[in-house]
Amino acid sequence: MIKNISNLGDAALYCDFGNEVNKSINSQVIKYFKTIKEKKFEGINNLTPSYNKLIISYDLKKINFKEVKNYVENINAEDSININSKKLEIPVCCHENFSMDIKRLEKILKLSREKILENFLNKEYFCYMTGFIAGMPFLGDLDENMRAQRLETPRVKVPKGSVALTEQFANIYTFESPGGWNILGNTPLDIFDSSKEDKPNLINPGDTVVFKEITLDQYKNYNE
Amino acid sequence: MSSNYLEIIRPGINTTFQDKGRDHLYHIGIPFSGAMDNRNYLIANKLVNNNLDSAVIEFAYQGPHIKYSGEKINCAITGDVIFSIKKKDTEIEGKCYESYQIENGDEINIISTNKSVYGYLALGGEFDLKFQWNSCSINTKANIGSNDGKKLDVGQRINLKKINSNKDIKKTNYINTKIENIRVIKGTNFDYFSEEGKKIFYEKEFTVSKLSDRMGMRLEGPKIDNIVNTNIKSEGLIKGVIQVPADGNPIIMLSDHGTIGGYPKIGVVVSVDYDRLVQMSPGSKIKFKEINLSDAETLFKLYEMETQNLLSQI
Repeated sequence: MIKNISNLGDAALYCDFGNEVNKSINSQVIKYFKTIKEKKFEGINNLTPSYNKLIISYDLKKINFKEVKNYVENINAEDSININSKKLEIPVCCHENFSMDIKRLEKILKLSREKILENFLNKEYFCYMTGFIAGMPFLGDLDENMRAQRLETPRVKVPKGSVALTEQFANIYTFESPGGWNILGNTPLDIFDSSKEDKPNLINPGDTVVFKEITLDQYKNYNE
Repeated sequence: MSSNYLEIIRPGINTTFQDKGRDHLYHIGIPFSGAMDNRNYLIANKLVNNNLDSAVIEFAYQGPHIKYSGEKINCAITGDVIFSIKKKDTEIEGKCYESYQIENGDEINIISTNKSVYGYLALGGEFDLKFQWNSCSINTKANIGSNDGKKLDVGQRINLKKINSNKDIKKTNYINTKIENIRVIKGTNFDYFSEEGKKIFYEKEFTVSKLSDRMGMRLEGPKIDNIVNTNIKSEGLIKGVIQVPADGNPIIMLSDHGTIGGYPKIGVVVSVDYDRLVQMSPGSKIKFKEINLSDAETLFKLYEMETQNLLSQI
């Protein structure tokens, strides 16, 4: 449930669902997000669900804070919505060409490469949200012994397809971008495709993702 | 092939097509984009008898030099811009907020914006552009929008698919006003900052850094000290949000911003000041002033009425 609604500036509502990061709070956020999105309320421009917040921005020319707040407070998001999530297998190649931060992870986590991969692969991760850059999924939760901080100095360029870790989360860089996460491998799949306007994102909030290892040869031949 | 087109002789450094932007996409990670200075965008279209949501060419600092080929068409430039129009035998110094008729072989040379950042070139007609999610706005970061999501380049040809039959010449006396204070509403993490930090935020001057673009405006100045946590669990952003990362230097989110972020939010620039905020060039001084939500809403209403009034007089 929404614990508190406040304003973020003069053109957005800040809906706070709590401070913890877990599947149950995040599912609530996603339910509200889907309910409001489907109702297409006139004046609401954008909805941004995250771990435990939902930000609703609106067109101040058409509507104001009080009106949107009143609308959200009277929504029943409990029963109406089926999250409709899917389960996806994502191929990932962890060859040394791609796993740029494996040495660093071995040192921080005090685990061997084999153990790190064993801990990471073939497990179900939940997609909490997508964004920052287009289509980037935030997946969780990694095992307790797999949690590392961001790089002290972020890379200027992280290659497209990089599969990376930080704290309890994994993500995939949908295109080349600056970034500070620990890179473990690379997927040949297009996670974001702007030519598919209906469904540009392969992974959406609420989905479950399992990473399956592929060899360098399989990676190279993947799109042929 | 269209017989009416532009040819880019010099692209300028940040030249893109922009329109009203795209909405309902934050949840998949795509920002609003669209013309940075919305009022100047609308005026540019009105001056050449376009629909107000038509695409224009947006440039920053140095603008493009273009050559036109085809039948007569109107053009207009808005902002605070130095440019010239070269006709067969003459070259005239251009004035912003006036439309000009150009014809086959004429050139528009946009030298630079003056003590500001963005300017707009509108042509009386419709560019032949690809739309993505209802907008042709170029987002160079995600390569979304017209022109494959890339800045305009030298030698490129841009076709027009329509030329307005209404070729009335128009003019307005608009003056871009500068503001001394940028008004803000307290951010959701305001209490993360020390008493001293909060005081600095509202009382000291910040300087716009060179590391500013359509995604964000970085500020330099006295450091704002965080006493709670320099990271928050990532959450949604909107344009105008002022984040303060661990180094204590504020960053203001602009139209192409990342849709989520993990730095504490000290404040949010109010909607009424956004058009003028984006025009502050590197080296400009910014001072923040706190206002409340209801004043911000009233001021925006007045600003919007003024915009409509301006447009109706053109």
